[in-house]
Amino acid sequence: MSSLILAHARYQALEQIRVPIGLLAGGLFPAISMLAFAAPFVGDDPAASTLSMGSMMLIGGMSAALIALSISVAQDREQPWNPYLRTLPAGPLPHFAGRLLTAMALMVVSTIPVTLVAAIFTEADLSPVRLAGMIGAVLAGSVPFMLIGLFLGLMLPSKAAIAVSQILFFPFAIVGGLMLPPQVMPGFLNVISPYVPSRGGGELVWWAAGGAAPAALPLVVLACWTVVAGVAAAWAYRRDEGRRFS
Amino acid sequence: MTVLARTVEATRRYGDVLALDRVSVDIRAGELVGLLGPNGAGKSTLINLFVGLRRPSSGTVELLGGSPSDPAVRRGIGVTPQETGLPEVLRVGEIVDFVSSHFPRRAAKAELLDRFGLGDLVKRQIGGLSGGQKRRLAVALAFAGRPRLVFLDEPTTGLDVEARRALWDGIKAFHEDGGTVLLTSHYLEEIEALAERVVVVGHGRVLADDTMRAVRDVVGVRRVSLDAGELPELPELPGVAAVEREGGRVHLMTTDPDRLVVELVRSGAPFSGLEIRPTSLEEAFLTITAAKEHAHV
Repeated sequence: MSSLILAHARYQALEQIRVPIGLLAGGLFPAISMLAFAAPFVGDDPAASTLSMGSMMLIGGMSAALIALSISVAQDREQPWNPYLRTLPAGPLPHFAGRLLTAMALMVVSTIPVTLVAAIFTEADLSPVRLAGMIGAVLAGSVPFMLIGLFLGLMLPSKAAIAVSQILFFPFAIVGGLMLPPQVMPGFLNVISPYVPSRGGGELVWWAAGGAAPAALPLVVLACWTVVAGVAAAWAYRRDEGRRFS
Repeated sequence: MTVLARTVEATRRYGDVLALDRVSVDIRAGELVGLLGPNGAGKSTLINLFVGLRRPSSGTVELLGGSPSDPAVRRGIGVTPQETGLPEVLRVGEIVDFVSSHFPRRAAKAELLDRFGLGDLVKRQIGGLSGGQKRRLAVALAFAGRPRLVFLDEPTTGLDVEARRALWDGIKAFHEDGGTVLLTSHYLEEIEALAERVVVVGHGRVLADDTMRAVRDVVGVRRVSLDAGELPELPELPGVAAVEREGGRVHLMTTDPDRLVVELVRSGAPFSGLEIRPTSLEEAFLTITAAKEHAHV
């Protein structure tokens, strides 16, 4: 089974690597945000720069998980290759595990531009242990977004997936405190902030970046979102199975 | 003989559309079965049931002694993808490796590609292949897991004559080694070249399931049309399988148009506008089945 997961991951990764612009796209927006909004204001402060870098890394990870994954799943579903894949002797697990592994690899790649900007223009802490911890937190915090991405990709035609995933992405990023830190967010946003999954992810990443230990509520909420999104994605997969007219 | 795949009274609906209507078919080990019928007849739906892409609305489908929805059972089958959907950015060798990785018994890559005339293209990206090369690659993928039973859906559509013959040779070689094949086509010629047994489907029903020879005879039906006001004795004319009237025009379905015309002239009945045309497969089979059902009533 694990060799099949690897075969599917390899196949997905080859498809991604052969269109390299897609690799960069996810990392570019957070890198530019880092350069424009973080570097001028907190660039001299090592602790604040590291926290900002963490927020931007998570934004890149979320975009690879939510936007890129939902679009590629929706597009693949429209190809006649997809039903053929379903005739191969493998259940849904290798296919989706392969997709998730590839999405995670993409997330790691998407942190590179932010890290470079942080290294050149800020005093952020870039020790290998610190970086590894932050990347690990980004991967953990992005799990519900990967599952939401799968759910959207399985439910929607690709054009709708492009729109809906972007519409969801920005509120998640803003309410989660990734664009503006929670300390400077308006009061009403701070009230709802713990209930979006991006806040729990943010708390994990900030902790890994040397910030305060995460509060319990956002982490519980993150776990709930993960379970609900996982159930929704599994349901959408089963629903999709009997769907297409052919 | 062992039955490798069977449907029993399988019905499949898509909403209000009845795609398959109580179809029972057995595919036995070592057979090369042609599935023939016009577009929309239910061929693809039947294949989709066998390969686990669809479940029947009612009735049962059995594959290699198990259920097609069990991945372990599907290790024994091979399926052709539609060539238009092959992942464009992958190389030929990579896609063969990917498909092979699903099967415990794998065909040797070089030998497999050679067999389908793709030996020089291992490193080529699929997007750069010609339509015919993609088609051959799609068929080759069905054999990557050394299957006992392959489902070939329209394997040679869009190929030139030479490539078509090469593919036919590949399919025949697999069959001679003991492999079982279910082949769909809307070309009678293709089924004739390969199949020993033919299943004809139309409007979701099995219209005929017989040897190639028997089916060919049925397909030999001709339509004799003429304008005639009064031909009360028509049903007594020899070899007429069915009669249709359309205003003043009469259409007679027959396997022996020459004899029918001779008899018509002999009968002395006045007629004009005589026309003899081959029937389409669908027409031929619907005529025969309609005639059969009528006889039973």
